[in-house]
Amino acid sequence: MKYGLILNIAWHLLKARMKQSLVAAAGVLFGIALFIALVSFMTGLNQMLDGLILNRTPHIRIYNEIRPADSQPIESATDYLTSSHFIRSIKPREVGRSIRNSDAIITALRRDERVWNVAPKVSAQVFYQSGIISIAGQINGIDPAIEKELFSFGDYVIKGEITDLNQINNGIFIGKGIADKMLLATGDLIQINSSKGEITMLKVLGVLQFGLADVDDTQSYTSLSTAQQVLGEPASYITDLQIKLKDINLAPALASEYAKRFRVDTIDIQTANAQFETGSDVRSIISYAVGVTLLVVAGFGIYNILNMLIYEKMDSIAILKATGFSGSDVRLIFLSVSTLIGVSGGIGGLIVGYGLSLLIDNAPFETQALPTITTFPVYYNPTYYFIGIVFSLITTFIAGVFPARKAAKIDPVVIIRGK
Amino acid sequence: MNPVVIEAQGITRLFHDPLTFKVLNDVSFKVRQGEFVSVIGKSGSGKSTLLYVLSTMDTDYTGKLYLDNQLLTDLSGNELAKVRNEKIGFVFQFHYLLSEFSVLQNIMIPALKLGKFSPTEISKRAMERLDWLGIPEQSVKMPHQLSGGQKQRVAIARALINDPLIIMGDEPTGNLDQKNSDIVFDIFKGLTRNHNQTMLVVTHDNDFAQRTDRIIELEDGKIISAPAE
Repeated sequence: MKYGLILNIAWHLLKARMKQSLVAAAGVLFGIALFIALVSFMTGLNQMLDGLILNRTPHIRIYNEIRPADSQPIESATDYLTSSHFIRSIKPREVGRSIRNSDAIITALRRDERVWNVAPKVSAQVFYQSGIISIAGQINGIDPAIEKELFSFGDYVIKGEITDLNQINNGIFIGKGIADKMLLATGDLIQINSSKGEITMLKVLGVLQFGLADVDDTQSYTSLSTAQQVLGEPASYITDLQIKLKDINLAPALASEYAKRFRVDTIDIQTANAQFETGSDVRSIISYAVGVTLLVVAGFGIYNILNMLIYEKMDSIAILKATGFSGSDVRLIFLSVSTLIGVSGGIGGLIVGYGLSLLIDNAPFETQALPTITTFPVYYNPTYYFIGIVFSLITTFIAGVFPARKAAKIDPVVIIRGK
Repeated sequence: MNPVVIEAQGITRLFHDPLTFKVLNDVSFKVRQGEFVSVIGKSGSGKSTLLYVLSTMDTDYTGKLYLDNQLLTDLSGNELAKVRNEKIGFVFQFHYLLSEFSVLQNIMIPALKLGKFSPTEISKRAMERLDWLGIPEQSVKMPHQLSGGQKQRVAIARALINDPLIIMGDEPTGNLDQKNSDIVFDIFKGLTRNHNQTMLVVTHDNDFAQRTDRIIELEDGKIISAPAE
């Protein structure tokens, strides 16, 4: 129909109350802008915090647990089947923490379509010795390239180049805590004592900082072969297989599948880190709740301006009805007014929200714990902008419905005769 | 004889507040094309109520109302709005011009709503009507820049824009001084003579009524004198 005419009238009504309309649109604008900035910032923060732990946690870890023998000899004595057994003569066997047949398992896993990649690892308790100081810690033998690909390992290197581990024999990357305590710098030698008493001298190639004191004070990284040498173990000695999947949600199911198939122990990321998921969810809920609250407040602003407009423009509504505009036309006019406010405020909100996000993104944020982060984290996602504009339209529409209905019901006879 | 434009048959209208009484009591009459009819009566005689029933804006009556031989009683609100848009022009005591729109736009709005002509043609027709009323130079002004008499002439132009079958007036000269009243009367008279326009005007101004073709007098909701057509 002549929607152009309806829109034209709506626009003129809006212009008659430009200041209040602008204030109402500004309400929507701030609602959307803060919603977008808040959600982007919160999600950025979530991802950073999750990344702190989750990025370097494998989706599934395969390892060998030290465990007691499955059955004790007394259990096979039929006479005492129902009795309480307290003779435990068979102690856990020393089978080593090595995963048996690890090469075959790695090959099989890499062929599995659901698996992104597998990172083999050797880890063992050692003592770091420099002069007369001796610090307990853990040495990890890794494949630097795969580790970098799967666990963004490069992010934590504050000195040195991690791939040097492949080129330089007997090299090691140590945690920042160890480096500080033992006054070690790149190029220095560090003595490693294994639990079996083997002593190896390794050259410090670089320093790592993960941002978690526990880790930085104890962990060091070297290549797989160097770690095996330090421990006096053969080249097939692998203690952990760290698997990253294409879809993280498959982890629990695949973990139990692999445990059965390879007869190893497995743990999946969801079981190991259940609390992180909860934390992220709660933060998202908070930011959405704040955004929605802001928009509802903006909605009341629109409701007010429309009511005011209707009282002020009773005469205009009456004459429009007298000259042939139906109730639904009048309703459409006032819905258009609220939609105009909503759309202009919403689009402005998207722009200002993006601007705010940029501002937060560039605000300096330096902390000891997070060496790679220099500004506040912001996650840009078009979905938030989409949610923002849809929500602004819904709020303004609902805020417009009731006043518009009131305008539609105005009886022109009452207005005109009242003069 | 000219065809009947509007016909009321036994219109009765009750008011319920504070007490139920008959504002209009079995009112029947016809108006033919090109007639200039005035409705007079004392305050409270029901003359305005009659006009609003005839205008289709007040639907709370019993009896039958025909416009252009079409029964309007029991039509829906949207259908009546369409009828008003196309077939009835209104001039009230107050001009009711939309203050946000220029004079020309005010006149054009009902025609834009009807959508029978293109906007350029409508604007041409609006100018034509301003010409008839002798104020073509006011077309680009805003309503608040006009005098009272000029505003009322713009309101008349707006009533004329869709070539209505009938123009209804509720005290159209009530707010005007003698000079402007005369101008408005002459315009109405001219429209009935030159454009064969039908007019139905409620007024309490007896001088005005005396100069019309026919007077319908109401008292206590009944027609007490209505000379033959």
